Amino acid sequence: MTRRRRSGARDDEDPAGGEPRDGGMTGKAAPPGAITLDFVLRQGGFALEMRERIEARVVALFGPSGAGKTTVLESIAGLRRPRRGVIRIGERTLFDSAAGVDVPCHRRRVGYVPQDLALFPHMNVRGNLLYGAAAGAEGGFEQVVALLELGPLLDRDVAGLSGGERQRVALARALAASPALLLLDEPLAALDAALRSRILPYLERIRDELATPMLYVSHAEAEVRALADRVLVLDAGRVVRSAPEL
Amino acid sequence: MSDILSVAAFTAGMAALATAVMLPPGLAVAWLLARRRFPGHAVLETLVSLPLVLPPVATGLILVTVLGRRGPLGGLLDRIGLEVMFTWRAVVAAMAVMGLPLLVRSARAGFEQVDRRCEQIAATLGARPARVFFTVSLPLARRGVLAGALLGFSRALGEFGATIMVAGALPGTRTIAVAIYTYTETGQTTAAAAMLAVSAAIACGALLASNRLAGGAAPR
Repeated sequence: MTRRRRSGARDDEDPAGGEPRDGGMTGKAAPPGAITLDFVLRQGGFALEMRERIEARVVALFGPSGAGKTTVLESIAGLRRPRRGVIRIGERTLFDSAAGVDVPCHRRRVGYVPQDLALFPHMNVRGNLLYGAAAGAEGGFEQVVALLELGPLLDRDVAGLSGGERQRVALARALAASPALLLLDEPLAALDAALRSRILPYLERIRDELATPMLYVSHAEAEVRALADRVLVLDAGRVVRSAPEL
Repeated sequence: MSDILSVAAFTAGMAALATAVMLPPGLAVAWLLARRRFPGHAVLETLVSLPLVLPPVATGLILVTVLGRRGPLGGLLDRIGLEVMFTWRAVVAAMAVMGLPLLVRSARAGFEQVDRRCEQIAATLGARPARVFFTVSLPLARRGVLAGALLGFSRALGEFGATIMVAGALPGTRTIAVAIYTYTETGQTTAAAAMLAVSAAIACGALLASNRLAGGAAPR
């Protein structure tokens, strides 16, 4: 399968524009580039301090609840503003307090699947998937639909979907926007064991066929072993361990 | 009788126009109050609710001051040849100002109930703030917005105090409420009763519509 071109209107607004374009090339070989997370964020009594430069395709964020995992994802997505520091994907700077860069959320091209999924309840599955699909990128849409086997669900209302289906729709919606990075917050936590083992292969497919770098929060060891090639263990707002595996 | 019908039609038309006029600023204020914290938040909140608690005649007096030929807005409009006071435009202005608080309250509650996550995710999918508003916030808040528009419309239909201050009881600006008052004052009780019947019929229609909205089709 060919890698989707990251094309579409939004690219033109890209202020940094530094990311190397890989113009429709093939395979998963192209390295996505390092993710630089070097920032400080404070909120009330909680402080998050990241000093990481990660060169991995799939990064797992581990740690007890309250460690700041979701806050890391939200900072990258542009939903929270760090006090100072740098957030970079490859060559593209999303946030740099010293340089006064704070790319707005809608121009970051960071896909985010929150724990509660937040599917749009007033649209059917197709509407949800097409929301972020850039005009002229129907190929990407079809690829994602095929990848996550959503064809039969396209005209269904999201209210009637099962847990596993909702999960796949949320994944597909984020992917259809051709993100430069995919953020997943406990993608399997809400599912029972049987469903989990059914969704996991989809995540592997995303990793292998789309080559979209992923950063995801997880508690399940099996999931991490199957997917991640770098594990960050977070505790009380700091990375206490960074290793190739758990 | 034709006089009564034409007054009713005029009133309904002006109320509809007033609703259209109050919607853009009303939705903007409702969204701001629901979703943004800024200096002046409380002031804006109070200001927009003021016509709800002020005597309508007092609101009318404020409008006279603003819209009169020597007023800041009236003077400006006068210079470009737009007469406001004692014309249909004054009727629309009075109705819109009186209906606005009801629209804002209901729409604000609607926006507050929208899942913030959905708005945030829409942004991560590349939607600019305006697109997020029109494709996610507004459709998800539609019940509150529609109910508010209907309340504002109903309020506009029955407006009396502010209207009579800025538009008087002239043949060209007479609304149902004003007509009932003048008919009664001049002893035309039959006409007043007929006017009352028309007014009740319209009110019943609006209430039915609003109840259907509130209890009606489940969100898709």
